[in-house]
Amino acid sequence: MNTIPADLKYAESHEWLRLEADGSVTVGISHHAQELLGDLVFVELPKAGQALAAGEQAGVVESVKAASDVYSPIAGEVIAVNAALESAPELANSDSYGEGWFFRLKPSNPAEIGGLLDASQYAAEIGA
Amino acid sequence: MTAPQHTPFYDSHLAAGARMVDFAGWEMPINYGSQIKEHDQVRQDAGMFDVSHMTIVDITGADARVWLQRLIANDVARLRETGKALYSAMLDDQGGVIDDLIVYLVADGYRMVINAGTTAKDLAWMEKQASGFAVALDVRRDLAMLAVQGPQAIAKVCQARPDWADAIRALKVFQGVPCGESFLARTGYTGEDGLELMIPAAEAAPLFARLLEVGVAPCGLGARDTLRLEAGMNLYGHEMDETVSPLQAGMDWTIAWEPASRDFIGRAALEAQRAGGVPFKQVGLVLEGRGVLRAGQAVRVEGVGEGVITSGSFSPTLKYSVAIARVPFATGEHALVDLRGVETGVRVVKLPFVRHGKQVYC
Repeated sequence: MNTIPADLKYAESHEWLRLEADGSVTVGISHHAQELLGDLVFVELPKAGQALAAGEQAGVVESVKAASDVYSPIAGEVIAVNAALESAPELANSDSYGEGWFFRLKPSNPAEIGGLLDASQYAAEIGA
Repeated sequence: MTAPQHTPFYDSHLAAGARMVDFAGWEMPINYGSQIKEHDQVRQDAGMFDVSHMTIVDITGADARVWLQRLIANDVARLRETGKALYSAMLDDQGGVIDDLIVYLVADGYRMVINAGTTAKDLAWMEKQASGFAVALDVRRDLAMLAVQGPQAIAKVCQARPDWADAIRALKVFQGVPCGESFLARTGYTGEDGLELMIPAAEAAPLFARLLEVGVAPCGLGARDTLRLEAGMNLYGHEMDETVSPLQAGMDWTIAWEPASRDFIGRAALEAQRAGGVPFKQVGLVLEGRGVLRAGQAVRVEGVGEGVITSGSFSPTLKYSVAIARVPFATGEHALVDLRGVETGVRVVKLPFVRHGKQVYC
């Protein structure tokens, strides 16, 4: 399995971001992040319609080991959240880049995406 | 920083896909994928844990018994049958807990199992206390130790090692038996039936492979911790240490007060504490909603005072969070915990939470 997909962008706080065809972005936590946390048992998501600043806390993940904040990598308005994750937080462990996504944003400044880490920079960041 | 130590199962862990972490200077498996799956496997079937980082000490000599009667708070005179095991605290003069341990009565003396993280100070203390006694301490680094736990653990070990089956089936709970160079004990740290197998290091990898073949799941330290938490069992450094009295850590039952003439180390301090009234007690906390209780969180009991969570996590069996806490003695059935800035009500219950796969508190 590719644990750092090349087509995604990454934040130093271990979120990933995918730019979708309609200009929205999908956000989740990286494979590395879920591995550090261990089995996730609770997830708190932002609310649809909520405006988030870049780096603002957007949710919380709690694992068997620790609680950790999830941050929005860029500024934008929340247009969808992955409700399935609330009843099955383990999706973020088993499929961090697919079924385990957290929320979708309409970016307020798409240029911010370019300021995030690419896959090789993120790999260097986590020593992979 | 010294290089991490490896147990005789190290290569077996890597081959089984373990995620390794440092634990008290040992590189040990935290999980092999999912801690919760490993936990459930032990509650429902059988799992195995490498516990070779713990230290086995054989105690022999003419004074072995009288020395242990002074060294530890429980009384080895209670061991009336060869192989029987006793859980005890080893206290300092102030009644603080140096370590918790298990001691087995064996043919030529006693076998003690102590924690990995406390081994150096334990051995230094034991050697100091041995002065003037005819005792010899033999640290058995030549042995590996594997815990196999769960309702199917004994059946699966017998299937994997038919040569051990008769000896194992004859074991009572909390009893061990030598079998060739090995020692097979019906003890554990999960709240399930099972075995702790002490074997020559060279036999470690073949035994691990054989148990994998019969369907015993490898389990890491992560599952070991949530299993013992559900079982309400103390972890040294969390529930107790030198600064915490065993009387405040739910260990009263491990202190043999009778005979009153037995002058174990720490006795005078504990008697003074008991006479003065013990201000804290150990309880279980249950959070039936969302969120996870964590070690170090403050516990507030309205009109009574404050305590602290000593261990907390998500209970995979109960599907919500539970914790062990040290709280004021007058604490009733309710308390409040600061969960990431939100004061949240929790229920105070009697430990343990889970035994033999089932909820036991009410």
